[in-house]
Amino acid sequence: MILPLDFILILFVFICAVAAITIKDLLSAVVILGAYSFLMCLLWTEMAAIDVAFTEASVSASIGTVLMIGCVAKTKRRSKD
Amino acid sequence: MIRDSQDVIVKTLSRLLVPFMVIYALYVIMHGHHSPGGGFQGGVILAAGFVLLVVSHGLEQTRKRLSEKAAGVLSSIGVFIYAGIGALCLILGGNYLDYGKLSKLLPVVPAEARSLGILGVEIGVALAVMAVMFTIFLVIFTVGEFQEDDRSEK
Repeated sequence: MILPLDFILILFVFICAVAAITIKDLLSAVVILGAYSFLMCLLWTEMAAIDVAFTEASVSASIGTVLMIGCVAKTKRRSKD
Repeated sequence: MIRDSQDVIVKTLSRLLVPFMVIYALYVIMHGHHSPGGGFQGGVILAAGFVLLVVSHGLEQTRKRLSEKAAGVLSSIGVFIYAGIGALCLILGGNYLDYGKLSKLLPVVPAEARSLGILGVEIGVALAVMAVMFTIFLVIFTVGEFQEDDRSEK
């Protein structure tokens, strides 16, 4: 476990989380959420929780992104608020 | 919404990638009981292979390999394997999912019966997760399209 790397990763995770909830374009929000999942996966790996990282990478970064892209394609792309 | 992609690069790449994804998913499932991974992650990777097939080769090509009805049957079979192994241990005199009792049926020592029992459970979980993830994907991506097909047939 490397502490500076932890802080760098959690900074990127924080930036991605804030960007995903403030952006108006929903497709961009989904892509940023995928990047958030991948950075969380890196963070779990770095903290030696390999099983959790594996689940995060396979479920959240691949299938979750695909399902949310499907939802955006079936509804409106722009957020109202 | 999902139609046959005409891009030869996408088609060739996905045709090359899908077998490796399936092999990797089987590796994750088979080594789930003594390394990271397991039934859930392996099943999700299997479902991702089918999702890639739908995106690149269209819905009709994928339906020939795994239809919605087959996915429903597979998910039930997965749950049945899980619950069946648990109930088998119950019948053989142990607790629910007490794999050590499987050594009465299999010609192995109880420690190895535990390993084989958890492997069977992982396979059941992987089948159920793969079928359910694929079904959720198809339901989301084809919502509103079946009614249009029915209308055109009438």
